[in-house]
Amino acid sequence: MNTVLQAQGLGRKYGKRWALRECTLDIPAGHVVGLVGPNGAGKTTLLKLASGQLEPTAGGITVLGGRPASGPAQLARVGFVAQDTPVYTGLSVADHLRLGSRLNPRWDATMARDRLARLGLDPAQRAGKLSGGQRAQLALTLGLAKRPELLILDEPVASLDPLARREFLQGLMEATVEHEFSVLLSSHLVSDLERVCDFLIVLVDSRVQVTGEADQLLATHHRLTGPRRDPDRLPADQHVVCARHTDRQSTYVIRTDAPIHDPAWTVTQLGLEDLVLAYMDRRTTDQRVALEVQR
Amino acid sequence: MIWLTWRQFRGSAATMAALLVTLAVVLALTGPGLASDYSAGIAACTQDNTCDRFYDHFFGGHETSFMALTLVVLLLPVLAGLFWGAPLITRELEAGTHLMVWNQSITRGRWLAVKLGLMGLTAVAVAGLCGLMVTWWSDPLDKSAAENLALMAPLVFGARGIAPMGYAAFTFVLGVTVGMLVRRTLPAMALTLAVFAAIQLAMPLLVRPHLVPPITSTFELGKTNVNGIGVNRDRGGYVDIQLRSAVPGHAGAWVLSANLIDPSGRTLGSEGAAQISTTSGPCAPSAGGGDSCIVEINRLGYRQQATYQPLERFWPFQWIETGIYTLLTLGLSWFCFWWIRRRLS
Repeated sequence: MNTVLQAQGLGRKYGKRWALRECTLDIPAGHVVGLVGPNGAGKTTLLKLASGQLEPTAGGITVLGGRPASGPAQLARVGFVAQDTPVYTGLSVADHLRLGSRLNPRWDATMARDRLARLGLDPAQRAGKLSGGQRAQLALTLGLAKRPELLILDEPVASLDPLARREFLQGLMEATVEHEFSVLLSSHLVSDLERVCDFLIVLVDSRVQVTGEADQLLATHHRLTGPRRDPDRLPADQHVVCARHTDRQSTYVIRTDAPIHDPAWTVTQLGLEDLVLAYMDRRTTDQRVALEVQR
Repeated sequence: MIWLTWRQFRGSAATMAALLVTLAVVLALTGPGLASDYSAGIAACTQDNTCDRFYDHFFGGHETSFMALTLVVLLLPVLAGLFWGAPLITRELEAGTHLMVWNQSITRGRWLAVKLGLMGLTAVAVAGLCGLMVTWWSDPLDKSAAENLALMAPLVFGARGIAPMGYAAFTFVLGVTVGMLVRRTLPAMALTLAVFAAIQLAMPLLVRPHLVPPITSTFELGKTNVNGIGVNRDRGGYVDIQLRSAVPGHAGAWVLSANLIDPSGRTLGSEGAAQISTTSGPCAPSAGGGDSCIVEINRLGYRQQATYQPLERFWPFQWIETGIYTLLTLGLSWFCFWWIRRRLS
C-alpha cells in the first residue's frame, strides 16, 4: 500500500457554498501529514470526507484503496478523532474502553489500558468529569487502540493548553513510531504541526494550495528581498507565491527547483510557518488586487 | 453494539420497568376485588331488574381510576416517542459523539438497527404489557361504562387490547425520524408530539370508522336510544325527541351517526319534533309517563336510523389498526436507514 489517500476533483457543497473544491491529492503512506489552513478553509470537510462522515458532492476519494466508510472492514482501517474530541459524558473511562473492544475487531486492549494508566486516567471516572486534555487523550486512545492503518485527527489540540498540547502530540508520535501507521491531522496553528509533521497540505479558501514533504517544501521555497521589481521580470521557473512592494523594495516568496543566482536578491530560508503564511497571504493579495481593478 | 445500546439505555429501561412493576402490583391487588364486586352486583341486579342503576353506580365509583389508567396507556407511547425516540440521534448530533461512535468498526446502518430494534422492542413490550394489564383490570368497568366510554369509544379503544403496541412502535420510530430531520432534541420532541397527536385525532375521526363498512339500520324508538322527549306546550302538536348515541340490541356499539326519521323517511336530525297531538291522547301531559307516548310515536312510524360499528368488531379493529401502525413503523424505519446512510452527516 503506497497511497494513503487519493482524491480527484473532490468537492463538497453546503447549500450554495463550496466548502471544498477541486481538491486533487495523493498522499503516500508512512507520513504524519499536517493539514494546515485558516479557520473555515475546509479542513474539517476534507477530513470528514476522508473518514466517510460526509459524501462528496463532486469528484471522488479513496482512502487506503477503498471508499470511505463503505463497510466494517474499511471503518476498521481508518481511525477518526473528531474536533473537540467528543466522548459520552455519561459513560466511565472503562466503559469507553469496553465500547472500543466491542465495536472494533482489531482492538488492542492491553495498549489502551496501559496508555490510560500511564496518563493517570482513573477507569472508574465519568468521561464528563475529565479535563479537556484528559478527554482528548481518551479520544486519542480510542483511536489508537483500534489499530488503524490511517488515523485522522481533526484539530485535536485546539482546546488544549500548551503543556497538554505537547504531551498529546508526543504521545501521538510515540505511537506512530511503535505501531507504524499513517496520520493525517489538521490544525490552524502551524507551530503545532511543525514539530510532528513530515508532509504538509496547505488548504486556503476551500482549495488546496500546495502539498508535499515538509523538507521538500522548505528546500524549494525562498524569500527574495531586493530593489523593486515587477513579477514579470522574474525567471520563468520561479513561481511567485506572494509579493509585497514598497516604493523601493520588493519582497517575494517564490517556489523553484533551480538555485537562485541573481545577486540583486537577498535570499532567506523560510520556516514552515512563514511558508504557510505566505500561501494564506497570497489569497488576501489576490483579493486586494481584484478590488483595485474593480475600482 | 448490543452491549453499548444496553449500557446507554439501561437507566431509563430500569425506571420504566420499576413503574411497570408498580402498576402491575397495584392492578393485581385491586383487579380481583373489582371483578368480584361486579359479578356480585350483576347477580343481585338481574333479580330485581335494576342493572342500569347498578352499572351507573359501579362505574361512577371507579371513574377516576378508570380515566387515569386509560390516560396512562394512551400517554405511554407518547413518552416512548418523546424520550426514547426523538433524542436517539439528536443527542449524538448535539454532543458530536456520532463522529466517535460511527467511526468505530461498525456501520451506521448496524448501529441504527441495534438501537431501533432493542429500544423499539422494549417500548412495544412495555406498551403491550401495560395495555393488556389495563384491559384485564378494567373489563368489569368497560362492561358497565356508558356508551361514550365503552370499549369501542374513540378515547377508550386506543387504551385497550393490542393497539398500544402499534402506537408505541410507531411513535418511537416517528421520534427517531423527526430527530434525524430536525437534528435538535427539543424541537424534535415538540414536533413528534404534534405529529402523533394529529395522527391520533385523524385515526378515530377519519380512518377507523371505515376500516370495515359500518352498518346502517333503522330501529324502533325505546329506552335505549331515546334520551328524552319534551312536550312542547306552546305550539301544541309537537313532541321533541332527543336521541342517544346507542342502538337497541347492540350494547356497546360505536354509533357514528343517529338520526330521527319521520314516517315518510325524511331525516330530521339527532333531535327532531314528531307531529303528534299534545293536548289529548298518549302524549298529553295528563297521560302521565312518557312510555305510552313513545309507543304512540313508534306506531306513527318515527324511527331511529343509525350508522354504527358493533362491539363484536372490537378485536378485528384492534388487529387492523395495529397492522396499519406496524406498516407505518416499517415505512418510517426504512426511511431512517436510507437517510442515515445517504444524507445524515
